[in-house]
Amino acid sequence: MTAALDVRLLLPELVVLGTALVVLLASVGGAASRPAVLRWLAVAGAAAGLGAVAAVPPAGGAAFWGSYVRDPLTAALQAVVLVGTLLAVILSGEYVRRTRLDAGEFYALVLVAAAGAMLMAASADLLLLFVGLETLSVPLYVLAALARADARSQEAGLKYFLLGAFATAFFLYGVALAFGATGSTALAALSGAAPSATLRAAVALLTTGLAFKAAVVPFHVWAPDVYEGAPLPVTAYMAVVAKAGAFAAFLRVFVATLGPRVGEWGAVLAAASVLTMVVGNVAALHQTGIKRLLAYSSIAHAGFLLTGVLAASPAGTAAVVFYLLAYTLMTLGAFAVVLMVRRADGEADRIADLAGLASRSPALGAAMAVFMAALTGLPPTGGFAAKFLVFTAALDAGYTGVVVVGVLSSVVSAYYYLRVAYTLFSGAPVPGVALVEDRWVPAALALAAAGTVLLGVFPAPVLSAVGQVAAVFR
Amino acid sequence: MTSVPWLSAALVLPLATAAVAAAVDRRRTGALYGVGMAGMLAVAAVAGVVFVRFDARSAALQFVERAPWIPSVGIGYHVGVDGISLPLVMLTAVMMPLALLSAWGSITERVKELVVVLLVLESALLGTFVAQDLVLFYVFWEAVLIPMYFLIGLWGGPARVLAAMKFLLYTMAGSALMLVAIIVLYLQSGAQLGARTFDLVALQGLRLDPALEPWLFAAFALALAIKVPVWPLHTWLPDAHTEAPTAGSVILAAVLLKMGTYGFLRFVLPLFSASAVRYAPALMALAVVGVLYGGAVSWAQRDVKRLVAMSSVSHLGLITLGLFALSPEAVQGSLLQMVNHGLSTGGLFLLVGVLYDRTHSRRMDDYGGVASLMPRLAPLALIVVLSSLALPGTNGFVGEFLVLVGTYRVAPRYAVPALGGVILSAAYLLWMYQKVMHGPVAVREPAAVRDLSRREQALFWPLVILIFWIGLYPAPLLRRSEASVRALLALVHERAAAPAAVPAQAPPAPSFPTAPSAVVDRGLPAGPPADAREFRAAPGGEVRP
Repeated sequence: MTAALDVRLLLPELVVLGTALVVLLASVGGAASRPAVLRWLAVAGAAAGLGAVAAVPPAGGAAFWGSYVRDPLTAALQAVVLVGTLLAVILSGEYVRRTRLDAGEFYALVLVAAAGAMLMAASADLLLLFVGLETLSVPLYVLAALARADARSQEAGLKYFLLGAFATAFFLYGVALAFGATGSTALAALSGAAPSATLRAAVALLTTGLAFKAAVVPFHVWAPDVYEGAPLPVTAYMAVVAKAGAFAAFLRVFVATLGPRVGEWGAVLAAASVLTMVVGNVAALHQTGIKRLLAYSSIAHAGFLLTGVLAASPAGTAAVVFYLLAYTLMTLGAFAVVLMVRRADGEADRIADLAGLASRSPALGAAMAVFMAALTGLPPTGGFAAKFLVFTAALDAGYTGVVVVGVLSSVVSAYYYLRVAYTLFSGAPVPGVALVEDRWVPAALALAAAGTVLLGVFPAPVLSAVGQVAAVFR
Repeated sequence: MTSVPWLSAALVLPLATAAVAAAVDRRRTGALYGVGMAGMLAVAAVAGVVFVRFDARSAALQFVERAPWIPSVGIGYHVGVDGISLPLVMLTAVMMPLALLSAWGSITERVKELVVVLLVLESALLGTFVAQDLVLFYVFWEAVLIPMYFLIGLWGGPARVLAAMKFLLYTMAGSALMLVAIIVLYLQSGAQLGARTFDLVALQGLRLDPALEPWLFAAFALALAIKVPVWPLHTWLPDAHTEAPTAGSVILAAVLLKMGTYGFLRFVLPLFSASAVRYAPALMALAVVGVLYGGAVSWAQRDVKRLVAMSSVSHLGLITLGLFALSPEAVQGSLLQMVNHGLSTGGLFLLVGVLYDRTHSRRMDDYGGVASLMPRLAPLALIVVLSSLALPGTNGFVGEFLVLVGTYRVAPRYAVPALGGVILSAAYLLWMYQKVMHGPVAVREPAAVRDLSRREQALFWPLVILIFWIGLYPAPLLRRSEASVRALLALVHERAAAPAAVPAQAPPAPSFPTAPSAVVDRGLPAGPPADAREFRAAPGGEVRP
């Protein structure tokens, strides 16, 4: 740790950002007409990033004067982000080509956003966290508005940008107050600071900014509109990467830093968790659009994830990371099923559009049943294992009431999730709805389905891997 | 003895068959049914081996298999059967092929999905009855829901969508809280047992805080009581049973409901003995209300299928009554009656299904004089009906008699009104039989009502054989369950009588051989499983007055 700037630690981020630049340059340099090349570049970048995460030892080395840290938690979270990015890029290819989105911009922005989430996971300083947050957010604003001819997409981008900028301002104000209270922006300074009104205000403002990104109630109102308006692959990517980034920050700030002071923030986050689970699941009940439904689903899952954060324990942290991986696979999987379907006049984003599709493709129906069961939290899927782990951690920490609300709201969620799965198997296909002809979307879909099932049936290997994050607490 | 993993074979065979069925061309429905039937018969054969090789003298778990599954959280793959699970494993293995056979020829759409769903369901049901780890059990328990949801929702009657959802939400709501209770048990186990575990056998050595135990008991009891269903939690049942296709109704009535009563025996009694004993009168009271209410409502039905469905509420009430009488006769009777109800009510649903296939009506007014149109059906139907109303000589009599006698010995005030339910069931079942089978022909299109086909006769014959076999010679079943039931009751009474308060940090009580060293450290057993329960049986037997 003698060198203040140990660039080797940043290898994964550098690989991803470097690939983003290559993608941009290649698209300017003439590859724009061949989106497949750009896609494979992006896939290679994400895969190389994963390799780099595995290659750089997460021994707790720090860089940038202690503001950046590479420990097992960093590695685990970055791996989740990159798995999500990899799958999302493969899933997007067909849609990007068909709707003639600017492929160069699309893949480059996706990679930059991933780098932002990765930086958040590695933050040991509020300023770096802020930089990560912005690096994650700004590309997502642009991505949401990427369909320039589509008014819905423009509206989504603008909404997301305005509200997001507002939330980031809150976050920045929180950073300023924290600096005022402790004289430092380092996270370590927060944990030892004497309690004061300024500090409480700082933590409250930081929480607001992160809660917005994670779509935690009451800072969730943007999610349904933005999810609905953004182009489908953008929605899919946003749902997973923004969640991973935000919860990486939650873990860094609340568990790894303020964990011993859980008494000061536990009640507030517990209330937010309960509200988020209830509002997300109840509001999802009557949605007719699949994107809006999955938006509320992502809100609800933010609530479930928060129960793991609440535990403020090594087991809870491992559970949140496991949950993020399961969530990434099952949510991308559900979006992948929707991406497999198209209408002549645009996206097949109404639930009714999915009717009878299992009769055309039984595998698609089976996959959707798996994803919906997983999102509900039914065994034997990764969704069950994930919920089981976060609830166990939260019960261990004494949050019985929160967990009871959690399991009961899971029951509510069965209503809307399984209705979607049922729709695929019942009725006749809607005229004008067709399955896309592409090799790679089904491939990514199969990967997500296999991962979702494996996480439920044989979670032990992944669990022992994410268990490494306990080292952060020693 | 357990060199061959028989139980795992029974769990994996249906899934493997489902994978084969998924590869068959969907237009070849005959082949699909054939593949499914072959898989289910293979499972039945495996179950037969387990039944024959089961050592009736031992109360211990047999055919035990253990392997670490998620070791970091103390979850193991631990399966085994004792005298309590064995009858239900057999019941499942017998009823599933019959359910499939009932669909063969009756359901022609989405046959591939149907066969896959039934096979997955069989695996999950068997898993529920053999799991000896709480999480493993919960996984199987919940895994039953999705196939059952689709079974009702895709192949059911006109109101199937609502019925399927109602079934799903009801059962999930109960089991959600059971999951919380399971996790709380796990967290409690750390301090007392040395290592946190979900292993059922190890958890039976746990001394729960008397302030906590009633809550855990309530969470388990709610989940199980919804499944049984115990009055007044039965309202999902009439819709689900009525709207489900015949195969679904058969499985629901014959096997699924037993998950609840089995759960009481397997988990609630040994884990929460004190609360179980304390609240037994309340549950017996609910059970008696269920017996009478279910009987009365059945009598009032105009819909044949709904009548059979409601009769389950009544019959399951009697089973619950026997369970909580906590006397060896009553509990053994309950266990036997679980099998009997599976056979006879399964048979009644098959009967209704056969009739519905011909007339497409469930209204009793649309029937009459069927006996003259279907002379082959009439005697078979009569046998099933008589078995359901517990005529001596049939299986139902043995079970109900044991339950009532066993209950009367310890709690006559519950046994006497329950007798009313037995009379009621004779009334509505005979009334139904008379209305449908006798009198002038009232069927709208008598020409369409042809007699039973070979396939349909094959549905009833195994049931008829079992009905008389159990009715006349129940010893093979009773003998195999006796030791386990006695050991269980001894354990319950011992635990309920023991002082409950043990400081959280105290070492495990010496009287419990399920200390961590005995159970948690034991790897895959090489020889015959020397189970903890076996040790307990001996002193426990003396504790009982």
